[in-house]
Amino acid sequence: MIRTHLPPLVSGTLFGAGLALGGMTDPARIRGFLDIFGAWDPTLAFVMGGAVLVMGIAWRFVPRMAHPVFAPKFSLPDRTDLTPQLVGGATLFGVGWGLAGLCPGPGFASLAIAPLEAVVFCASLLAGMLMHRVLFDQKAKAPAHASH
Amino acid sequence: MMLPGFPEAAPLAGLAGGLLIGLAAALMLLGAGRVTGVSGIVGRAFGINDSGMSWSSAWTFVIGLPLGAFLVATLKGGFEPEFVPLPLLAVAGVLVGFGARLGSGCTSGHGVCGVSRLSQRSLVATATFMIAGIATVAVMGAL
Repeated sequence: MIRTHLPPLVSGTLFGAGLALGGMTDPARIRGFLDIFGAWDPTLAFVMGGAVLVMGIAWRFVPRMAHPVFAPKFSLPDRTDLTPQLVGGATLFGVGWGLAGLCPGPGFASLAIAPLEAVVFCASLLAGMLMHRVLFDQKAKAPAHASH
Repeated sequence: MMLPGFPEAAPLAGLAGGLLIGLAAALMLLGAGRVTGVSGIVGRAFGINDSGMSWSSAWTFVIGLPLGAFLVATLKGGFEPEFVPLPLLAVAGVLVGFGARLGSGCTSGHGVCGVSRLSQRSLVATATFMIAGIATVAVMGAL
């Protein structure tokens, strides 16, 4: 129980703390980073740089480990194809990100800082995910159902 | 610390925050054997997508996010974030949620975990949402 839930709890808490410390729970700062033609605020580049640096080191340990410390095996994304869905989805994501200055991590972390705004953003985010599921996932599942 | 030419920037706080985020993702990778994609984990917690970690693990991560932010806000004496108006926030939320599912990830999954792994899909996705975000802020500024 503890072995299963301690990593995600500590990870989530560190993640939320990192977002807040790095200023990412202030949408004005994220919009400032994207405002390269205006009063550019490069803070987000330092946040991304720091995170990518640590993770770049962490990835190097993976091939040397028989299994993760608290789990029987690694379950990592293995897709390599570049699809219209990837680019289209990232484009829509980027438009929303620019409009609000928020993405999923800071949105949920903000529940503790600005509950009203965060609830509106997070509920809309879940609604958008649900829309995707209704529009696309059901179609993807259709052949499986037909085979029963 | 100030960054010459960028009075608004907080490079040291940003770097410290980024190192913590990297540590969080590294712990998840080496501890649980998974990438930390917040959109995927949140979707899992709310039963929208079923791939990935267990339901209860997803919830403990999601609960950790505001908990960590609360701890930092308490230590730093609070924040005054600037949000866009609620209707715009709602429209943006739908786009972010829909886009994250369609594009198989968000800033954490593609931008942090994928880029650090030099995943071609994540590099393309990250470049795409950066450009789209920059264009959106530019257009909004011009309106």
